[in-house]
Amino acid sequence: MNIITIEHIAKIYQVGTEEVRALSDVSLKIDANEYVAIMGPSGSGKSTLMNILGCLDTPTKGKYDFTGVNVSEMNDNELAQIRNEKIGFVFQTFNLLPRSTALHNVELPLIYAGIPTVERRERAEAALENVGLSDRMTHKPNELSGGQRQRVAVARALVTKPSIILADEPTGNLDTKTGEDIMYLFNEIYEQGNTIILVTHEEYIAEHANRIIRVRDGLVESDLQVDNRKIPEKRVEQTEEG
Amino acid sequence: MFQTLIALKEGMLIALRAIRANKLRSVLTTLGIIIGIVAVTTMSTAIVGLESAFLNSISSLGSDVLYVDKMPWFAGGDWRRYRNRKDITFEDYEKLKSMLSSYDAIAPNIRTFGRTIKYQGKNAESTLIYGTTPDFLRTGGAIPQEGRFMTEFEVHASRRVCIIGTDIADILFPNEDPIGKNVKMENVKLKVIGVLEKQGSGFLGSFSLDGQVIMPIKVFQRAFGETRGRLRIDVKVADIDKIDETKDEIRAHMRTIRKVPPTEEDDFAINQQEMFTEIYDQTVGVIAIAGIVITALSLFVGAIGIMNIMFVSVTERTKEIGIRKAIGAKQWAILAQFLFEASFICIIGGIIGIVISFPISLIIDQFLPTAMPINIVVIAILISAFVGLISGILPAYKASKLDPVDALRYE
Ligand SMILES: Nc1ncnc2c1ncn2[C@@H]1O[C@H](COP(=O)(O)OP(=O)(O)O)[C@@H](O)[C@H]1O
Ligand SMILES: [Mg+2]
Repeated sequence: MNIITIEHIAKIYQVGTEEVRALSDVSLKIDANEYVAIMGPSGSGKSTLMNILGCLDTPTKGKYDFTGVNVSEMNDNELAQIRNEKIGFVFQTFNLLPRSTALHNVELPLIYAGIPTVERRERAEAALENVGLSDRMTHKPNELSGGQRQRVAVARALVTKPSIILADEPTGNLDTKTGEDIMYLFNEIYEQGNTIILVTHEEYIAEHANRIIRVRDGLVESDLQVDNRKIPEKRVEQTEEG
Repeated sequence: MFQTLIALKEGMLIALRAIRANKLRSVLTTLGIIIGIVAVTTMSTAIVGLESAFLNSISSLGSDVLYVDKMPWFAGGDWRRYRNRKDITFEDYEKLKSMLSSYDAIAPNIRTFGRTIKYQGKNAESTLIYGTTPDFLRTGGAIPQEGRFMTEFEVHASRRVCIIGTDIADILFPNEDPIGKNVKMENVKLKVIGVLEKQGSGFLGSFSLDGQVIMPIKVFQRAFGETRGRLRIDVKVADIDKIDETKDEIRAHMRTIRKVPPTEEDDFAINQQEMFTEIYDQTVGVIAIAGIVITALSLFVGAIGIMNIMFVSVTERTKEIGIRKAIGAKQWAILAQFLFEASFICIIGGIIGIVISFPISLIIDQFLPTAMPINIVVIAILISAFVGLISGILPAYKASKLDPVDALRYE
């Protein structure tokens, strides 16, 4: 089943008198339980594509069908609802609320979904446990390491049981080893039956996916299946404390 | 519905946290609100005080009593014009009484102020002395709580009797029953036959209505001289609905009695409690308008300040707004969050204003019998919340309309 179908999507920014074509003409289909890596040089339109796929942004042209619903003409509030229910985001810069605890950060999407306190707490705690942070729930982001912060963000993305996880350079702000921990986590999530779209400009990260889409100058350059994707090893030692 | 409440609660918590994170800034911002609330509460407290003082001071004037006097009560600059009029005499009173077709009570009333009464070495100073007749019991509402009022016989026979107010009774007779005792005033000995009910103090506590002494009019005139004090005729009308007719009738009779030629204007005035009420309403109106103007101005200035700080708050938290929107906060949830923040800041200002007003109300109470009305506390809080909502609308709207992608990119 197709979760995502985009047809001839374009995103054009007007900068002064100049038109910037962040995306020129992109068509894609993504199935349930795919693990897609979107690759391309800086400025090629990866984030723009990701924001449109994540319903954070709307295309200037083209049609977007998400889980059988035409979202290209939805308004701000309708898109917010889709994001809340069906999409989990992981950002390069984590984007956690700095003054809130890990637990509250993970509860946040459930708050906007209107889940009552007790259930919300249980689900948030379970999500943090899944990413191995059951002992860090009351910590604030500045009391956590980069890898831990990103795992809080992953827990937040998963807590609503979304149809799709979107990650824009999730390892971009992490050192290699910590990045591998996150990739291990993604692998687990994927193997539990989730759909993941991952933006990266690093080959060794992209190799974890089972499909690699290369973007250049706002166009899809290539779209290939990966036959034997890389399965990350679980690291035994915890080196990321502090 | 339930869903909405959960997001609203989150909005409230964020608002409180944001204020706590910027305590000083939030409090400083509320200065205009504080001044506005102090103005509105102080004004209302003062008006409540004025009203009770006023009602107290006119309580000795009945709304159904007409006061026939030489001059109008509120003569203003025309005072000189009335001064040369003939005095109203006891004979005028007797004639009016015999001519008037209907009345409940009619009493001559002559007054002097500042006399001293003595009893066994004790002095009551600054008393208000009335010379009158038994009808004063009804025209003046002078009801004895002990003993009795004067009789017709005592007036005709010029018996040296008096009825005293409770303050005088307390001063002169702290430990004994005043009834039947002889007090002394201007070398006239008077027997106390009654003590009046307590009436409270007059306007601004200037004089006490309980410091009065009432005696038969002839005794008064003998003690203080015929011409001492201005005689007035108090007429309690039979039917308050016909007060205007009675007034016209009195006017016609008085012109006859005093032989005023038809072409001349009245050489007397018929006063009413209503005149006080009008003056009072004007006074309170001025205070209220001044208070409302000060309140409105401070609240306006306060609202601008809050709006300004809310714009700052929205800008500072652009990224947070982006995060919230990205994970599914709808526009109204963001809107509510900032409206709560603005309202809470204003309510804090309102509470500070009330806390400041309270001692001020205690000071006012020294001059006017008053207390801060409890409903003004509620009103002040509501006004503050309302100002918060109004001043929060634009910033909150701006926040709710932020584009999530732009907001997330904001550093
Ligand atoms: N809000 C914007 N206004 C103008 N140009 C933009 C905006 N966002 C992105 N762009 C431009 O669109 C192109 C693609 O950007 P982006 O999708 O962020 O690239 P990538 O994530 O691949 O580095 C870039 O040239 C960028 O400068
Ligand atoms: Mg990017």
